[in-house]
Amino acid sequence: MYRYDKYDQAIVDARVEEFRDQVARRIAGEMNDDQFKPLRLKNGLYLQLHAYMLRIAIPYGTIDSRQLRVLAHIARKYDRGYGHFTTRQNMQFNWIKLEDAPDILAELAKVEMHAIQTSGESIRNISADQFAGAAADEICDPRPWAELIRQFTTFHPEFSYLPRKFKIGLTASDNDRAAIKLHDVGLQIVRAADGEMGFRVFVGGGMGRSPFVASLVREFLPAGSICSYLEAILRVWNRHGRRDNIHKQRIKILVHDLGATEFARQVEEEWRTLQRNDDDIGLAEYDRIAAYFEPPLFERGLSDELDLSDPRFAAWVERNVDAHKQPGYAIATISLKPIGGIPGDVSADQIDLLADLAEDFSFDELRPTHAQNVVLPHVRKADLYTIWQKLDAAGLATANLDLISETIACPGLDYCSLANTRSIPLAQKISERFADPARQLDIGELKLKISGCINACGHHHAGHIGVLGVDRKGTENFQLLLGGSGAEDASLGKIVGPGFSEDGVVDAIERAVEKYRAIRTPGERFLDTYRRVGVEPFKEAIYV
Amino acid sequence: MSETAIPSSLRFRDDEPADEPAVSLDAFLDQPEAVSVRIEGGDDVRLLEPAFARLKLVEVDFPRFRDGRGYSSARILREMGYHGELKAVGDVLVDQLLFMRRCGFDSFAPNAPIDLAVAVRALNQYDFVYQQAADARVPVWKLRHG
Repeated sequence: MYRYDKYDQAIVDARVEEFRDQVARRIAGEMNDDQFKPLRLKNGLYLQLHAYMLRIAIPYGTIDSRQLRVLAHIARKYDRGYGHFTTRQNMQFNWIKLEDAPDILAELAKVEMHAIQTSGESIRNISADQFAGAAADEICDPRPWAELIRQFTTFHPEFSYLPRKFKIGLTASDNDRAAIKLHDVGLQIVRAADGEMGFRVFVGGGMGRSPFVASLVREFLPAGSICSYLEAILRVWNRHGRRDNIHKQRIKILVHDLGATEFARQVEEEWRTLQRNDDDIGLAEYDRIAAYFEPPLFERGLSDELDLSDPRFAAWVERNVDAHKQPGYAIATISLKPIGGIPGDVSADQIDLLADLAEDFSFDELRPTHAQNVVLPHVRKADLYTIWQKLDAAGLATANLDLISETIACPGLDYCSLANTRSIPLAQKISERFADPARQLDIGELKLKISGCINACGHHHAGHIGVLGVDRKGTENFQLLLGGSGAEDASLGKIVGPGFSEDGVVDAIERAVEKYRAIRTPGERFLDTYRRVGVEPFKEAIYV
Repeated sequence: MSETAIPSSLRFRDDEPADEPAVSLDAFLDQPEAVSVRIEGGDDVRLLEPAFARLKLVEVDFPRFRDGRGYSSARILREMGYHGELKAVGDVLVDQLLFMRRCGFDSFAPNAPIDLAVAVRALNQYDFVYQQAADARVPVWKLRHG
């Protein structure tokens, strides 16, 4: 994985000192909270219901054991002994004191980590395919481009006071595991017929109050032009995006208002101007970065045989292990959704275990996913049973990947000052209702996503089944959506009808699932059945 | 780095300041003798290009410091070859000075006074930058490749 050179380290160290100074000036009263707020947000520090939350960037979802152990240390020393993986592959700590934040950042900087632009109206951490470098279906490892874009977008002087936040998602596979079409910019690495590497560029996706699937604005962008093209996109939005209504300031609204064709035309025009004036970050720099992402030294000649005589292990392999491009190796996803647990939460001890497993069994890499799980990307098949035993002992061997109990949920009203409803207790109730492994397996792939408010941090629009928490005259109310997808077949879920109480929505989900089981054809997932028959049969079943 | 000494003001130019009050973009384009213009958020600074020969001062208004349109206005002006004074006016705070300098602003008229010592610290916080912009700083990707 990437390593800082003296320049990267100097920039991150300078940011720690700058933020230390900003905190000191705030505490001394030299600036007011209104002035301080955007500064702390650009450094991932959010004021939540009970305390500050610090969101730490895990760039494009790649982290090593040394970094994980520092996260475990932060959890113990500055938080309450646990951390939380987010839907954008970052880590959040929910119980941080403002005066501790500069020291935490200093500890992070020592292991090449930071919280730069993890919040606020800035260009955020880049999401990427969690199987990067390991997947059999990728064109190339997308992470060198992600790192190049990370550097380009860090402290960009023109785009540090944007209308709203700006998120980039990146994949190099036709199977979209990074939900790129639900990002402000989605990039898919492709190769032209002559072998030239480039990007398909999607713009204007997003969730929140006004969800959109991103529009394709360029079929093929030569890879070496990515920074100037992104600059053109950002400039068109920075100049012409709305700034009068916080709910209409994301780039998706501008793309929608102008139409994708006109938006693309303006971007092309701006791009030509920028290309005349600026040098693009060249392929030499790409090559320098790419050298850090050379494939690890895989052993050759390993067997693909696996002893599946332990049925619990076999069930875990069946659900949570994916094909690796290298014979004898596998990709193992560790579900952070134990039955009755809090999606994405890990204790400090569990973080230490993940560090050990990454170091001992996966070439020292761990990958958080947008579904709030973590991946050991390069595991020898011969080691899978040992890994599983260690996970099982730590409560991390739940074999439910992509099943109904493997829910994405936002922190909700238990932490978040924006939330209307709690999300975590609902996720717990749903996973307990469907806890029976045989029943979950029979239901098959079903992505259930819960948001505690319209901001959609729990990706409810993209759930095969989505739940949106709303406040109805002071009581928690839950709307049910069906038919969303965050994958390559991206679609937005639709609300089925009137909302429910917390228990009521669990019952409604169960009725929808039972309806699916009654009418599915062989091989059909819940989403496929929904797309085939539409909402009506489900509606009839739900509102009996 | 060039700005380590504490300056006497937030004007980083040696020439004489323009002494005419800046007028709106429409008024400036209507008056062939005008030399100073004030750019508001929605204005298109590209309209100024034909008038560069007479243009001495462009003020870019920041009604709220979070309104970042002025950064693009500044950079576009410098890209088009405007070399005159480019002044950020309004809700300009010390923590935005570095980005503004990098986008081409070379003078500042903040609503509330800025402590010059703090300003110098902010302007010199970073020895290295990742992007080419309107200033002379060389981005690290170029430094890396000589």
